[in-house]
Amino acid sequence: MKRLRDVRVLTGLGLILAAVLALLLPAIAPDSSTTNIAVFTLMYVGLATAWNIMGGYTGYISLGHAGFFGFGSYALGLLLAKLGIEGGYAPFLFVPIAGVLTGLLAVVVGWFALRTRAATFVIVTIAFMFMLQLLAENLVGLTGGGSGLGFPRPPWRGADYNVPFYYAMLVLAALALGTSWWIRRSKFGLGLLAIRDDEDKALAVGVPARAFKLTAFVVSATFVGMIGGVYGYYVTFIYPQFVVDPLIGISMVLMVFLGGLGTLGGPVLGAVILEPAQLHLAYNYGASRLYLVFYSAVFLLVILLMPRGIIPSVRALITRWRATAPAPAAPQGVAP
Amino acid sequence: MPPPHCGFVALTLILEAAVLGILTGGVYALMASGLTLIFGVMRIINVGHGALVVLGAYLSFVLWHNWNVDPFLSLVVTMPIMFVLGVILQVVFVRPLKTDREALSVLVTYALALGIEGVLGYFFTSNYVQLTAWYDTASFPIGGFRITYVYVYGFLLCLAILAAMFLMLYRTSFGGAIRATMLNRTAAQLVGIDVDRVSAVAFGIGMATAAAGGVVFGITNTFNPGSHYDLISRLLTIIVLGGLGSLRGAIIAALVMLVTEDITAVVISPVWASFVFFVILVAVLIVRPQGLFGVRVRERI
Repeated sequence: MKRLRDVRVLTGLGLILAAVLALLLPAIAPDSSTTNIAVFTLMYVGLATAWNIMGGYTGYISLGHAGFFGFGSYALGLLLAKLGIEGGYAPFLFVPIAGVLTGLLAVVVGWFALRTRAATFVIVTIAFMFMLQLLAENLVGLTGGGSGLGFPRPPWRGADYNVPFYYAMLVLAALALGTSWWIRRSKFGLGLLAIRDDEDKALAVGVPARAFKLTAFVVSATFVGMIGGVYGYYVTFIYPQFVVDPLIGISMVLMVFLGGLGTLGGPVLGAVILEPAQLHLAYNYGASRLYLVFYSAVFLLVILLMPRGIIPSVRALITRWRATAPAPAAPQGVAP
Repeated sequence: MPPPHCGFVALTLILEAAVLGILTGGVYALMASGLTLIFGVMRIINVGHGALVVLGAYLSFVLWHNWNVDPFLSLVVTMPIMFVLGVILQVVFVRPLKTDREALSVLVTYALALGIEGVLGYFFTSNYVQLTAWYDTASFPIGGFRITYVYVYGFLLCLAILAAMFLMLYRTSFGGAIRATMLNRTAAQLVGIDVDRVSAVAFGIGMATAAAGGVVFGITNTFNPGSHYDLISRLLTIIVLGGLGSLRGAIIAALVMLVTEDITAVVISPVWASFVFFVILVAVLIVRPQGLFGVRVRERI
C-alpha cells in the first residue's frame, strides 16, 4: 500500500515538473531552432493524443486524420482571408471555429465511414483523405488549388516568432490530454473500450455503439482540425499535398503505437521520442528522400519489436517485478 | 456540356472513353486482384501494394534503360524476382504479426511503401519516367477514333495473367489450399494445410502480379517514386467496392470504376475524374457497407 502511495506522489511530482518545464521552455531555450522543434513536437503530442481518442479507445484505426488536419488548416486560412483578419494574436481566436467546422465535417464523414468496420474502415478513411486532397486541389476558386493558400503574416520576428505558436500548441495539446483523461475515466470511455474489445457484445449489453463511436470520432477530428489551423498560421502558406499529407496521418498513428495504444501517456511519449528524430532526419536527409528509408526502418522496428508500445510493455514489466518483489525476504539462491 | 450539334462527336468521345476505360480497367483489375488475394488469405491490407507496382515498373525500366529489354519481355525476369521478394517480405514483416494483425499490417506495409519510395527516390530522383518500346505509338482506327496498340497488349496480358490465376486457384490442389485459407484460416489449418506457406506464396503471387501491373501501368502512364499514393488509393477503393477478398468483385469494380472515370473525364472534366471514384465508393457504402460482392463480416475487430 505504501509503495502505491509513493508511486502516486512521484507521478504527481513528475507531472508538475513536466508542466513547469513545458511552460518555461521558451525562456530556458530561446533559440529559434529549439523552439521550432518544440512547436512541432507539441503539435504531434496533440495530434497523437487526439488520434488516440478514436484509434486507441475504440480500436477503429483511421489513417485519414491528415484530411481533418488539412481541412482545419484550410478552414482557418479561408476564415481569416474572408474576414480580412490581420496577423497577430487575433487569428488564434478563430482556431476554435476551424475546430467546430472540422467537427461538422467529421459528423458527415463518420456517419458513413462508421457503417464499416476494421479493414474497410481503414480504407474508407484513406479514401476520404485523398478525396479532400483532390478537393483542395480542384476547387481553385476557393482554395487557390496547387498554388496554395496564404495566411496573414504574423508580426513576430526572429527568435520571438515561434513563442506564440508554442503556447498555442501547448494549450491545444493540454486540452486534448485533459479530454482524453476525462474520457478514459468516464462511463463514455468505458463504453468505447467495450467497443474496442468486442463491439457486438458491447451492443448486446446496451452500449449505444454508433453514437459513442461517432462522438469519439468527432472529438478526435475537432482537435486535429484546430491543430491543423494553428499549423497553417505557423507556416503561413499551405498547399494541398503538404497539409493533407499521408505522412502526417501515419506519423500520429505510429507515435501512438510506439507509446502505447489506448493509454493516456503513450501518445505523448511517442511524439516526444519520434518527432524530434523525424525532424532531424528531414532536415539532414530531406533532399535525398533517404529520410523516408530511415523513417520506415524505425517504423518497422517499433512494430516488430514492440507491437504493444512502450507504456504497456513497461507496465507488464513492473507487474512482473511487483509479483517477484517479495523475493528479497526469501532465502537466496532460489530461482525467481 | 457540348452544344447539341456535336452530339455525334460527343458520342464518339464517350465511346472512346468507355473503350479506353475497359482497356485500362484490365490493368487495375489485375493489380486489385493481387491486393484482394493477399487480403483474403492473410486478412491484411497491403498498403504497400502501390509502391510494389511502382517498384515493378522501375525494375522493368532498369532493364530497358541498361540493356534495351522490351518492357513486356522483361516480365520474364521481373515477375520471378518480385515473387521471391514477396515471399521474403511476407516471412520477415508480415508473419511475425501475431496480435492485432489487421491494424499492425496496415502500419507495416505503409512503412514498406515509405521505404520503397525512399529507395526509389534515392536512385531515380522524383523525375517522371515512362516505359517505352519501339511499337508504343502505333495505333489502329476503330469507329471514328484510334486505339494505341500498347493498351490492347497490356489488356491482353492482364487478361492472360488473370486467367492463369483463376486456373491456378480453381484447378490445382494448391489453389484449393489458398481458397480454403481464404474461407477459414483456422479450419484450413485443422485439415492440414500449411497456412504459413500458403500465405507466403499468396503474397509472392500478389507481388508477381504487381510487377506485371507495373509494366502495363508504366508503359501507359508516366510515373515517379511518389506515384504509389495515387495508385493505392484507387486500388483500395476498388477492392472495398468489390468486397474485400472477392476476386470477382475486384475485377468488376475495377472495370466499372475506370470506365466511369474515363467517361467523367470526357463529359465533365479530367480534374474531377478521380473524384468520381470516391463518390461511387461513398454511394456504395451507404447502400452496401460490405461492398458489391462482400459478405457481411461479424467478427471481433
